[in-house]
Amino acid sequence: MTLRLFIPVDAGALAVGAEEVATAIRAAAARYNVAVDIVRTGSRGLYWLEPMVEVQTPAGRVAYGPVAPSDAEGLLRAIRADSAHALRRGLTEDLPWLKRQTRLTFARCGVVDPRSLEDYRAHDGCKGLQRAFSLGPDATVEEVVQSGLRGRGGAGFPTGIKWRTVAQTPPQQKYIVCNADEGDSGTFADRMIMEGDPFVLIEGMAIAGIAVGATKGYVYIRSEYPHAAATMEAAIAAARRGGLLGNRIANSSFAFDMEVRVGAGAYVCGEETSLLDSLEGKRGLVRAKPPLPAHKGLFGRPTVINNVLSFASVPIIMNKGGGFYRDFGMGKSRGTMPIQLAGNIKHGGLFETAFGITLGELVDDVGGGTRSGRPVRAVQVGGPLGAYFPRALFDTPFDYEAFAARDGLIGHGGIVVFDDTVDMAKQARFAMEFCAIESCGKCTPCRVGSTRGVEVIDRIIRDENRAANTALLEDLCHTLKFGSLCALGGFTPYPVMSALTHFPEDFGAPPRLLAAE
Amino acid sequence: MLQGSRNQSHALWDKDIALARIRECLDREGPLLPILHAIQEEFGYIDVAAEPLIAEALNITRAEVHGVVTFYHDFRREPAGRHTLKLCRAEACQAAGGDPLALRAEARLGVPMGSTAPDGSVTLQAVYCLGLCAIAPSAMLDGRLIGRLDEGRLDALLAETQQ
Repeated sequence: MTLRLFIPVDAGALAVGAEEVATAIRAAAARYNVAVDIVRTGSRGLYWLEPMVEVQTPAGRVAYGPVAPSDAEGLLRAIRADSAHALRRGLTEDLPWLKRQTRLTFARCGVVDPRSLEDYRAHDGCKGLQRAFSLGPDATVEEVVQSGLRGRGGAGFPTGIKWRTVAQTPPQQKYIVCNADEGDSGTFADRMIMEGDPFVLIEGMAIAGIAVGATKGYVYIRSEYPHAAATMEAAIAAARRGGLLGNRIANSSFAFDMEVRVGAGAYVCGEETSLLDSLEGKRGLVRAKPPLPAHKGLFGRPTVINNVLSFASVPIIMNKGGGFYRDFGMGKSRGTMPIQLAGNIKHGGLFETAFGITLGELVDDVGGGTRSGRPVRAVQVGGPLGAYFPRALFDTPFDYEAFAARDGLIGHGGIVVFDDTVDMAKQARFAMEFCAIESCGKCTPCRVGSTRGVEVIDRIIRDENRAANTALLEDLCHTLKFGSLCALGGFTPYPVMSALTHFPEDFGAPPRLLAAE
Repeated sequence: MLQGSRNQSHALWDKDIALARIRECLDREGPLLPILHAIQEEFGYIDVAAEPLIAEALNITRAEVHGVVTFYHDFRREPAGRHTLKLCRAEACQAAGGDPLALRAEARLGVPMGSTAPDGSVTLQAVYCLGLCAIAPSAMLDGRLIGRLDEGRLDALLAETQQ
């Protein structure tokens, strides 16, 4: 009987040896004359268990991990004998870390072959598109509005409202642009979708095209993600062959096609207007708004620009209905959020759950604390422009408004954990330094303020006129926050000010009283 | 594979090859970035002589081309070393012990981040996030990804660049 195995081709799994494991298992199988069928999938997102090998059994898939190439022979023996093995984790679906998640956007990631349109269709793929055909453009837009989906890139603007604005512009060439310039440290959900379930992104963009009357789409992928770009290219080619893209998509009267564009290492191009300039072949300078991209976007045409996760959430919304999606979550944060646990963390990976889970649950319970075994001192939520939160704020629920109320942001859902060896003055300095490196240079607060910020923090660290320089830093952050053209300059004060506010002792001031919140 | 993965197989600068690569991209909307990627993939860097060729093909000024080339971190103005080692220097990797590894790489190669070893063996480059933040610290050697980097793995990578 042929053994059916699943081994990820996700970049994260490859980086810890998944390819070598697949090779070793093939070689061992050949030696023992065992027939194996190895399906290469995306990652399930349990990165501490990568490389993870799954085996198809009558009861479901059984997981083994983390597997080293030297484990191949013993693993194969244990699988064939159905006997105990040190790396055997039980049925994948029953792993507590997966079981407590609500996987809507990531339902197929790690399960299907990302290059097979047939596999996608066999796992509920294309059903959202079919419903969009039957509902028609206007009702499709309303369904997305009703779902309460907000932009998952970080800004949290209601996706349906954006679509409605584009739909209401007069008929002309319109564009669908996917922002896959996932530059925030601590985030990798876009990468995982593109490498593990690329067709869901294609379907989501095609639905957007139908909804607003756009026939052309672009996926702008950062150059640091070559595997994601290659998988997207392959999936787009397969989608064209399978009739999912083209002049009459899925035998409907709608036309939609798309292509991949690769960025060139500029963080600021994750900002939507800068990304549009970059797509046009210009320097990635931020544009002043208005006009909104919905009115004058790519090449001056009405453009829907959304994050990967926003588009990837649309097929299930269309398939199961806006109400189904809206029933998850809390307050104005509806649905689920693919949260990414990263940095110095024991159980890091992709954790999709309804909004409302607290930061403490995520870091301590789900993440298991630090990998170093030392106490958690700070977590940065929302990428390099997100605030550092101390343990005193771990009761904050994961929700756009709750984080904003505590001078933070959830951004793209990344959480980076630091242990007690972290120097928060150094992290604050890095935030300013990063802004200086990546500033597009268009507005003065960001271009000049970031460099001045590094200098002021250096003076504070060196204990030169500490009180005066701290006041100056606060003033500078105020200018950056309210005077910058986009989120790069505007949000850099979050990590800086949160470090200064919550960890003053690292800046030479007396420690803040505990439980001051 | 995309750029940066074939450091040893780049062509020497050649105007005709460059023109051919430029022409391949001309039917695309917003062709400048695809052109620059194609040129760098071909030669390993963007020769200054490519700028007027691109400007003429796109009917834009040479200054505009130059502005774009110098805006993006990816585009090189001169050839890289035989290997390129990128170390992630962003927050998730800092949290997981990336800082001392970066210092170690600089000390072992005797050059700061962003430069090429004197023997031309390797270019050491900072990168801000490879999306491997749950298996940090991470690195990329000639397009190959490495997670859970530690001193031993880093030393092995550095040894590889010396072969």
